[in-house]
Amino acid sequence: MHENASALQLILSGDPALYAIVRLSLFISLSALAISAVLGVPIGAFVALTRFAGRESVIVLLNALMGLPPVVVGLAVYLLLSRSGPLGSLGILFTPTAMVIAQTILVTPIIAALARQTIEDLWAEYRDELTAMNVGPLRRVTTLIWDGRFSLVVTLLAGFGRAAAEVGAIIIVGGNINGFTRTMTTAIALETSKGDLALAMGLGAALIAIVVIVNVLAWAARRVGEQIAG
Amino acid sequence: MLKRVILILAAVAAVAPFPAGQAPAQEKSIVVASTTSTQDSGLFGYVLPIFKQKTGIEVKVVAQGTGQALDTARRGDADVVFVHAKSAEEKFLAEGFSLKRYPVMYNDFVLIGPQSDSAGVKGKDIVAALQTIKAKAAPFISRGDRSGTNIAELKLWQDAGIDIAAAKGPWYREIGQGMGAALNMASASNAYVLSDRGTWLAFKNRGDLVIVVEGDKRLFNQYGVMLVNPAKFPSVKKDLGQQFIDWLISPEGQKVIAGYKINGQQLFYPNANDPSA
Amino acid sequence: MRALASDLPIRFDTVTVRSRGVTILDHVTLQIEAGAPTVLIGPNGSGKTTLLRAAMGLLAPTQGRISWGGIEKSPPIRRGFVFQHPAMLRRSVAANLRYALRAARVPHAYHDARIEELLALVGLAGLDKRPARRLSGGEQQRLALARALARDPVVLFLDEPTASLDPASTKAIEDVIRAVAARAIKIVMSTHDLGEARRLAGEIILLHRGRIVERAAAAEFLGSPKTEQAKLFIAGELLV
Repeated sequence: MHENASALQLILSGDPALYAIVRLSLFISLSALAISAVLGVPIGAFVALTRFAGRESVIVLLNALMGLPPVVVGLAVYLLLSRSGPLGSLGILFTPTAMVIAQTILVTPIIAALARQTIEDLWAEYRDELTAMNVGPLRRVTTLIWDGRFSLVVTLLAGFGRAAAEVGAIIIVGGNINGFTRTMTTAIALETSKGDLALAMGLGAALIAIVVIVNVLAWAARRVGEQIAG
Repeated sequence: MLKRVILILAAVAAVAPFPAGQAPAQEKSIVVASTTSTQDSGLFGYVLPIFKQKTGIEVKVVAQGTGQALDTARRGDADVVFVHAKSAEEKFLAEGFSLKRYPVMYNDFVLIGPQSDSAGVKGKDIVAALQTIKAKAAPFISRGDRSGTNIAELKLWQDAGIDIAAAKGPWYREIGQGMGAALNMASASNAYVLSDRGTWLAFKNRGDLVIVVEGDKRLFNQYGVMLVNPAKFPSVKKDLGQQFIDWLISPEGQKVIAGYKINGQQLFYPNANDPSA
Repeated sequence: MRALASDLPIRFDTVTVRSRGVTILDHVTLQIEAGAPTVLIGPNGSGKTTLLRAAMGLLAPTQGRISWGGIEKSPPIRRGFVFQHPAMLRRSVAANLRYALRAARVPHAYHDARIEELLALVGLAGLDKRPARRLSGGEQQRLALARALARDPVVLFLDEPTASLDPASTKAIEDVIRAVAARAIKIVMSTHDLGEARRLAGEIILLHRGRIVERAAAAEFLGSPKTEQAKLFIAGELLV
């Protein structure tokens, strides 16, 4: 990125380096969110609907894991993926893949814990009816997920917010490599440490704008969905 | 039901065109563990594209403090290290993590402080300046992160005859972070801080800070580069890494390094030919 | 049309239901046959809801056996249940019915016609696109009724269906119940309201503290009750 340009200038001129950073940030956060959703919603549904020994402890654990410190996760993933570590032969340290892994670890508990609460609350309401209608277990889960979709979308947005804002884990496992693993948040950290606070703030504003846009898109999708579903 | 399927597919399609745009695995690349001073000064931003154009090799720089960079290499997570603390580098060699150290360039450290210079240390003698700072308990920011700059700072306290570990008080603030963060903090609290000239020249948040001591021979700062020993880590890309090193110390590479300037001022002075460096 | 009344008769063989140390149903033995509506009455806590749920198959007895047409553990395929506070699925009225039809495995081709028919039967025609959660209490109860009827049940259970409704809605529901009963669907319901029992019942069963105290045809029960509890209840004196 050009040293003396303000963030606004970079955005308006379509600076390719800036846009590459934005694309990478979205790729990593959205990928992590997608994987977390695929893992977290079924886990949440399972815990919500199944009685098993230690269920209460699992719920407490899921809720607690929402507060996993990113920098600790980053360190743990780093040690796993380091060449001297158990998964070193994969050679994925300092790559976007490692960053997606770290963020997935952070976001999955959020999705699972919040999905569990949503589904459990809805199940309490629907249980009698679905049982009386002799609805099978798989159908129950899909019904609860569908009918709870608005709360679940908010859950996904919370997960996305967490991923998009995160810097501690991805800077450790990604290495903040220029043109390769530098995201908006790690770029902000870098520009701050270089003393270019104006550029850092500008990037920060751009990041917030992007997160807002994602939320607006989610709202728009809901409106369209309501129109179609009638 | 069909409508739902369409919606889900649309959502997936919306997310799908976000490929990382990452180059495929066949691309030639190496990982270089280096210091924040070489990154924050902008040297790599200038030098690496030239190298890539010539050789097609993508150099991925992970910028950490010298100590951290060497540790990254000790774990086999880098192919090349490029740092500036000769004693730490020689220890690295002695441990067998590299087979040869190549001097590349030097610059110097400068003592940065508030323009008002309340402790009155301005001058050309770094040792005298440090003694004054300690005597007056003037606020001083230390990187405290085993970086090259930190190692140099600690050696200077030693040269000044001060056992800083015992003598430090609330005026001596160890922050455990990089040069930029240290400069930010010095700017915010009108404190003194030792910096490499390159990072200082590129630093934008100077506030009230200026150079108060420079030119002392003891502020000399040598950079060296080493290939990580492939015998320790077979995954090290030794051919590509050696190509990078060879280019850095070649006349062409040395000329490129000398050519990096901020506001017309040269930051780094190539000295690969100096056997004592 | 109702040739195979296979879920009937419903037999309770010395059924006891205990929960958290409390006995809710106490050695109940009864048989529910096809025919006119069976109405359960009794004070709060007498076990009416539990008996209905057990008869539907929603809960298993702690002791004793329940069988439907001679079969134990029969899944509630041809039985419907209208809960006192029915849950509305977060979708339109029509979608709620469609869901029930699908759960009952009614072929897709019949859905639209059936929805129209059911809505007309319960008096909700024209409200098919309304989000179910925005219906009034009485309308929700009628939708729940339509949902339960979607599976073409042999037996329809209703747990105090008019308890929280205003008189107009109460009358509307009672009319539907009568219409359903007229189609030879067996009605088994509970109520607080003696008047409603009189209006709807073929036979009345009085429950008290988990036991069946008296059982008789409606006119006989109300006109000449035999037990002390029945007399007290009719007089409004049997509260617990």
